[in-house]
Amino acid sequence: MQLDSLYQEIILDHYRTPHHAGLADPYDVEVHHVNPSCGDEVTLRVELDGDTVKGVTHHSVGCSISQAATSVMSDLVIGKPVAEGMATYEKFLELMQSRGNIEPDEEILEDGVAFAGVAQFPARVKCALLGWSAWRDATAQALAANEGVKNV
Amino acid sequence: MTDARTFSSPLDLQSVRADFPILSRELAGGFPLVYLDSANSSQKPVQVVQAISDHYLKHNANVARAMHQLGAEATAAYEGGRDKVAAFIGATNRDEIVFTKNASEALNLAAHTLGAGLKPGDVVVISEMEHHSNIVPWQLACERSGATLKWFGVTEDGRLDLSNIDELLTEQTKVVSLTWVSNALGTINPIAEIAVKAKAVGATVVVDASQAVPQFPVDVSTLGVDILVFTGHKAVGPTGIGVLWGRYDLLASLPPFLGGGEMIEIVRMTGSTYAPPPARFEAGTPPIAQAVGLGAALDYLSGIGMDKIAAHEHAIVEYALEGLKTVPGLKLLGPTDAVDHGGAISFELAGVHPHDISTVLDTRGIAVRAGHHCARPVHERFGMQSSTRASFYLYTTPEEIDALVDGLGFVRSFFKVD
Repeated sequence: MQLDSLYQEIILDHYRTPHHAGLADPYDVEVHHVNPSCGDEVTLRVELDGDTVKGVTHHSVGCSISQAATSVMSDLVIGKPVAEGMATYEKFLELMQSRGNIEPDEEILEDGVAFAGVAQFPARVKCALLGWSAWRDATAQALAANEGVKNV
Repeated sequence: MTDARTFSSPLDLQSVRADFPILSRELAGGFPLVYLDSANSSQKPVQVVQAISDHYLKHNANVARAMHQLGAEATAAYEGGRDKVAAFIGATNRDEIVFTKNASEALNLAAHTLGAGLKPGDVVVISEMEHHSNIVPWQLACERSGATLKWFGVTEDGRLDLSNIDELLTEQTKVVSLTWVSNALGTINPIAEIAVKAKAVGATVVVDASQAVPQFPVDVSTLGVDILVFTGHKAVGPTGIGVLWGRYDLLASLPPFLGGGEMIEIVRMTGSTYAPPPARFEAGTPPIAQAVGLGAALDYLSGIGMDKIAAHEHAIVEYALEGLKTVPGLKLLGPTDAVDHGGAISFELAGVHPHDISTVLDTRGIAVRAGHHCARPVHERFGMQSSTRASFYLYTTPEEIDALVDGLGFVRSFFKVD
């Protein structure tokens, strides 16, 4: 098991200085996601502008992998259409489930490619997905709420 | 740095370890296994694995209801396991031993059946240092019955806070359910002392002995409690079997827990009557091979001697506490001395999350547990979200503790925390 492939410098940088950390106003939806098996927690806020992700902020308590992944995820989705963020998630999920057998696309995943090594540590994959699951949940809720407003 | 020469144990560790083939495994990168996760699940000696395989290969059949020769052999083997458990924990009546799936199921059995007698105004007392399995079943029992759940707090040094014991134990207190040894803090609680006070107000006393029975001699005939539970797999036995010991007259007064085969007396479509204990609480085909394995496990522990195992654990804990205190930035969770300290030590390391510690140690063959160890409230009590836990058993060597301490030094340098 290669430690350096897991803990790439990019991951440690995001861990030490997470991007978009600290919950900010205004926001549409706030969610709190927990990894019950280990106790990692993330609180995440999403603000949409139509179908575009205007803002994501978060406060998380957890390991370097989960904190860094949440930071990288925020960079990847902010300013993008929701559909593009969801497609990026699918690519990231595919990478996480690859056991190290696929070459990540840096065009799409940017700093997320640094997590390729995580795929070789099955116990840590859930750490890398916690922030993503929070964002997907919050965004789905925000979209549903907007839908409701339109329907009124 | 610690010095292995200052360590003294009554056990011949080399011969003990020879009984556990897994301990000589080599892991990725050529590192020898350093297994420091025995409070999670212990390793199994050859004797236990052979007893289980011998049972399956030569004596396998269902128990009680199978009327043939193999059925008789399987029944004798299963009931033989019950006899061994009874003898091991000092139960005078073998019918006081109920086999369950694990300690969690045993605690759920206790909470469900004792809970059936609870009503609004009644109080159930637990503690802040319980495993979730001794919290949630009582929360559910209180929700069902309208009883109130109260708890002992934990002092700054990780001991049970008994300062308000007279407020917690009153005539309204019907059940007191406490862990004997904390799986997260390692604290050994004064169960006998608390039981005297709880019994004085008429409460039923339940003890979670999951981390106690594997570690030191237990004698329920003198402990003064009503129900005691533990699990097989933490006591060098197999997974899939737990034990609930209860005073016979108490068990006989309790309603069934799960319904099904073998727990009945007569079943009519209009209603059923139930078998006496322990059968009343053992619905369905029980963990037969597991009971055989547990019996072999307890024989193994008795053969070595529980007093010697307890002395070894104490020596290892003392040695580990000394070693861990030399690691800069390491903060112990729970008692910092070896007095009344079971074989588990949790800690945090400044600047490195427990998962990261555990992953880095794992790449050096060192297995520890990281997280809240199913004891989230006690972590919250100390303002922590999670911790790293090293836990020991009869096969743990001082060299393994040294490997842990060295490993933590490597973790610090890897994450550049200085």
